[in-house]
Amino acid sequence: MLPLTVGLTHYVVLSALLFAIGLFGVLSKRNAVAVLICIELMLNAVNINLIAFSKYITPTLFIGQLFAVFVITVAAAEVGVGLAIIIAIYRNRLSVNLDDFDWLKW
Amino acid sequence: MNVNLSLLAPELFISALGLAVLILGLIVPKDSRHGLGWLTVFGLLLGMGITMAGWENQGTLYGGLFVVDQYAVFFKLTFLVAAFLVVLGSMRYVDMMGDQSEYYSMILFATLGMMVLASAGDFMTLYLGLELMTIAFIVLVCFRRNDVKSVEAGIKYLLLAGVSSAVLLYGLSLVYGLTGTVVIGEVGRALTARPVPALILGLAMLLAGLGFKVSAVPFHMWTPDVYEGAPTPVTAFLAVGSKAASFAVLLRVFIGALPAVWAHWAMLVAVLAAVTIIVGNLVAIPQTNIKRLLAYSSIAQAGYILVGLITATGPGIKAVMFYAFLYVFATVGAFTVVTQYYSVTGSDEIKDYAGLSQRSPLMAAVMVICMLSMAGIPPLAGFVGKFYLFKTIINDYLWLAFIGLIMSMVSVYYYLKVALVMYRDEPADPAPIQLSAPVALTLLIAMIVTIVLGVYPGPLSEATNVAAQSFWR
Repeated sequence: MLPLTVGLTHYVVLSALLFAIGLFGVLSKRNAVAVLICIELMLNAVNINLIAFSKYITPTLFIGQLFAVFVITVAAAEVGVGLAIIIAIYRNRLSVNLDDFDWLKW
Repeated sequence: MNVNLSLLAPELFISALGLAVLILGLIVPKDSRHGLGWLTVFGLLLGMGITMAGWENQGTLYGGLFVVDQYAVFFKLTFLVAAFLVVLGSMRYVDMMGDQSEYYSMILFATLGMMVLASAGDFMTLYLGLELMTIAFIVLVCFRRNDVKSVEAGIKYLLLAGVSSAVLLYGLSLVYGLTGTVVIGEVGRALTARPVPALILGLAMLLAGLGFKVSAVPFHMWTPDVYEGAPTPVTAFLAVGSKAASFAVLLRVFIGALPAVWAHWAMLVAVLAAVTIIVGNLVAIPQTNIKRLLAYSSIAQAGYILVGLITATGPGIKAVMFYAFLYVFATVGAFTVVTQYYSVTGSDEIKDYAGLSQRSPLMAAVMVICMLSMAGIPPLAGFVGKFYLFKTIINDYLWLAFIGLIMSMVSVYYYLKVALVMYRDEPADPAPIQLSAPVALTLLIAMIVTIVLGVYPGPLSEATNVAAQSFWR
């Protein structure tokens, strides 16, 4: 048995790593759907942060958990709109590759 | 829990109006749907009345979650005026675009999001208001869904707005972790002047997330593309409404929640403002598309407004409110001319504006007056606004005032270049442009208010003073 206890630090480090991975994906991925998924990763990093802080810093109040519920709900709405736009642009251009979207100067 | 619903009356009214417009659009037969525009216009007028009637009615709801003070009420009025002018000036354009009911209800929901944002007393309300506004705007930006430019602008806005709100949320979660509360006022009391590194990181992320929304350099890259691709009335609303709402919440968060670490962010904001003013004005010079020119000019305006945040005092807040209000009229005036010209000629290129003064003297005059107001030429409103903004920093940040002054002169150059094309060159097609009554009314309101506020800023200045004082109450 290893004397392993998981504390606040572990959660915060996990969240920071997840956020960094998401940010890296947003900057490096070329597929619009993949970029949307990476944004979800970043939002879930925020959720981990919120729930860990809620558990360790304000255990009697549910502020962080409430906040996380709102983040999940709004993120779902955002993805809904996002996928609709991706379908619309796919119909126009037959591509979801961000490098092809250069009608407007970047 | 006793809830004073009269404090929520403007929000309740606008959400009911938005839903009503959406449902009516489905019931009413297709050919009589342009009545929805008038319903929206009169609804927004009524909403302004309700908001104004609640000027003295202040308080907080749900344990500090929702704050109604005169600061919030003033900003709500600004958004409603902006939405009113945008809808009034764009009804014919929308008739051509189709799908009226979705357009008007999305405008109303975006306005609702801004109003919630101005009243946000904690981070959850802030986030919900911000996303309500942003998602409605994403839908509006790609409203012409068969136009590739519009959809492309939509996807760019969607992805970048998503990243920026994730960054903002991460910053908010760090601040929550350090203080144990999400209520803005309590965060302000819990923070001490000796910050830990995590707080500085959170601060930077908050500034980045909100800096994106106000399109401050270096978070401005989306602005020209989205402004060019979006339908022009949406661009106008994005430029005034979204920006004013983001400034309202930027001030609330930085002055309300983070005054203890003011020394750490004041210089950061000053540098951000300087870079924004310089880049916005310099990159505007070579633009050939009028919407891109106005986009870069709106980036520069964001830089000027940021100046009011630096000192974190009452006069600064007052200056931001004053400038945000007059900026509504100047910007909507200019964009309404662009909208109208586009529906007649189908072009947004500056060179196609040749001889506009002969084809429609009113449009050319409104364009010139609005642009000169943005450049800050007396006796127009923009001069008074800039005066209030730079007065707050003249003692401590003289270098920034100099940058603002020099860059204002640069901006006169590219604004007057448009005026030159409109007044000097001969039109390719000399047929006069007929303006419909609502469009002419919008243009006249924008022009008259811009001139009157410049000559006689007293009453608005008083109102913004009172509103700025309510900030700390």
